[in-house]
Amino acid sequence: MRSRLRRDIVVGLILFFVLFFLPTLFPKPALRDFLIYVIAYGLLAMSLNLLIGLTGLVAFGHAAFFASGAYTFALLMQWGRTSIPVAMLAAILGTAVLALVIGAICVRLKNIYFSFITLAFQMFLHSVILTWVSMTGGDQGLQGGIPRPVFFGIDLNNARTLYSFCVVTFVLCLAIMRQVSESPFGYTLRMIRDNPERANFLGVNVVRMKLGVFVLSGAMASVGGIVLALFVSGAYPEFGFWTTSGEAIFMLMLGGTQLFLGPLAGALLLEALNHYITIYTEYHGLVLGVVILVIVLGLRRGIADSLFAYVTQRREARRIDEVKRPILQPTKNEPA
Amino acid sequence: MNLEALVACLTSASCAVTQISTALIVGTLLFLVAAGLSLIFGVLGVINFAHGGFYMLGAYFAFTAYKLSGSFIVALVAGSLGAGLFGVLFERLIISRVYGRDLLMQLLVCYALTLILDDGVKLIYGAEYRMMGMPAAFAVAPVQIAGAFVPGYYLFMVAIALATGLLLWLGINRTLLGKTIRALAINPQMVGVLGVNTAALYAGVFGVGSLLAGMAGALAAPIRTLTPGIGFSFLIESFIVTVIGGMGSIAGAFIAALLIGFIRAFGAIGFPWFVEGLMFAIMALVLVIKPTGLLGREAA
Repeated sequence: MRSRLRRDIVVGLILFFVLFFLPTLFPKPALRDFLIYVIAYGLLAMSLNLLIGLTGLVAFGHAAFFASGAYTFALLMQWGRTSIPVAMLAAILGTAVLALVIGAICVRLKNIYFSFITLAFQMFLHSVILTWVSMTGGDQGLQGGIPRPVFFGIDLNNARTLYSFCVVTFVLCLAIMRQVSESPFGYTLRMIRDNPERANFLGVNVVRMKLGVFVLSGAMASVGGIVLALFVSGAYPEFGFWTTSGEAIFMLMLGGTQLFLGPLAGALLLEALNHYITIYTEYHGLVLGVVILVIVLGLRRGIADSLFAYVTQRREARRIDEVKRPILQPTKNEPA
Repeated sequence: MNLEALVACLTSASCAVTQISTALIVGTLLFLVAAGLSLIFGVLGVINFAHGGFYMLGAYFAFTAYKLSGSFIVALVAGSLGAGLFGVLFERLIISRVYGRDLLMQLLVCYALTLILDDGVKLIYGAEYRMMGMPAAFAVAPVQIAGAFVPGYYLFMVAIALATGLLLWLGINRTLLGKTIRALAINPQMVGVLGVNTAALYAGVFGVGSLLAGMAGALAAPIRTLTPGIGFSFLIESFIVTVIGGMGSIAGAFIAALLIGFIRAFGAIGFPWFVEGLMFAIMALVLVIKPTGLLGREAA
């Protein structure tokens, strides 16, 4: 257990330093901007994986929390009486409460019902954003920019500082999510995913556990929204549109649900893909849709999950070979 | 909140009739889409998340057929059959490969199809709004009922939708084919063993579901503007309808669709900003009290 923790810390530090110094090595603003998008959507995808990969809850309305974080944070900052950390905490807490309310209704449902009702709530939030023009700016998005007042001597108006701040926030969130998924709570969630009846027999309060992870994952998704709002200096209804949830699910498929950092790889791949598709064509959905179909029908599961399954299979096979050989040889010799 | 306006409308016969006719057309359109969704879910066990796309296809097919032929009947048939055929193709080529697979994969396939259909329509028709216009056959003076003017087309629409719903109900509950389909929903292996071509039946059911959505699209084309992506908001509402009415229940879909229609029509007068909220509140209430929906039987 201890060595695992050590490994996690090492991997976390490596990730941190790579992200932190990448823009120093390649000092191009475009790369930095790209990485901030990866961080924001990576948080969305990784928090979604707490539900899908860890607990087996296929949520299709996760962007609701992404948007809720972005809008709450942006509105608080425009109000002008809070500092950035306070507004961030308030946005995260507010989203957690929202997730608690939505989750209390959703987690009682199973499978496709769960997927659709989360989607329905997301579309409800999206329509609230669109119709409440005086508050949210409607389909134009939140106008007027987000002020970035200096706090603790940190000035986020400097692009490099902003990037570093996002990286630190990101790695902190990853650490929290990793700790949760490796905790007894995390293993209880795996049990619920694999066998909810059994978990129930063992005295696990399945609904409460699911609600717990739903709230946590909503709060983590809101951090992604906050990062994006801070970066683009505004909030747009597309943050809460269903295609954003769809993209998050696609990221999971690209990056896999089995490995903890898989969704991050998926976010990186999809953001890169989006970047290049939009350069060449305006029919971005058409290309993306065909890519998805080819992958789903061709590989029959996500890219990374296929790789993961292949590797584990090989490893299993080798292990069985090693175990079998000494047993098989004596039985072969016996008749002689 | 403008409750006085609502009360005033309810007590005035002409206003009430106008709103009731609006409620009926919203309700019947929703019913057609939701019935297809419900049918596909009840038999195939998948929620066709791309169902809104078939509504959109129906509307655009009808638009083109009307422009070419000038006949609304041709447009209606083209919209319904076109969407139905697309549904059969989609089921055979794509959905049939993800039966019983991960829910994630089913969702992704439908997500991909929705993206492709929306962009495909954008590619062919452009992103701007399109109007089909009222067919010449219905360009007659509106019918006067209790002082309110109801366009003849509304009555036609409601009649068509009701007739279709009745046919569907009779087909499922009173014919041998319907019995086979109900059996298929319960035990596909057994039905297959008895010599029924289950693959064809699945494709057929999916086709009928898509046809219903396409018909709704074609019926809506003369009175609504067309734009890529119109299907999606419809999908969410028809999903709410199927949840309230009970997944797999045609009669439940009918009741719930009318309920939503009335909330939309009268809510627009009394509490316009709360219409959506009320729909979601009712759905949440139904899910908490009776998760199977008003008329659903299977456990959720």
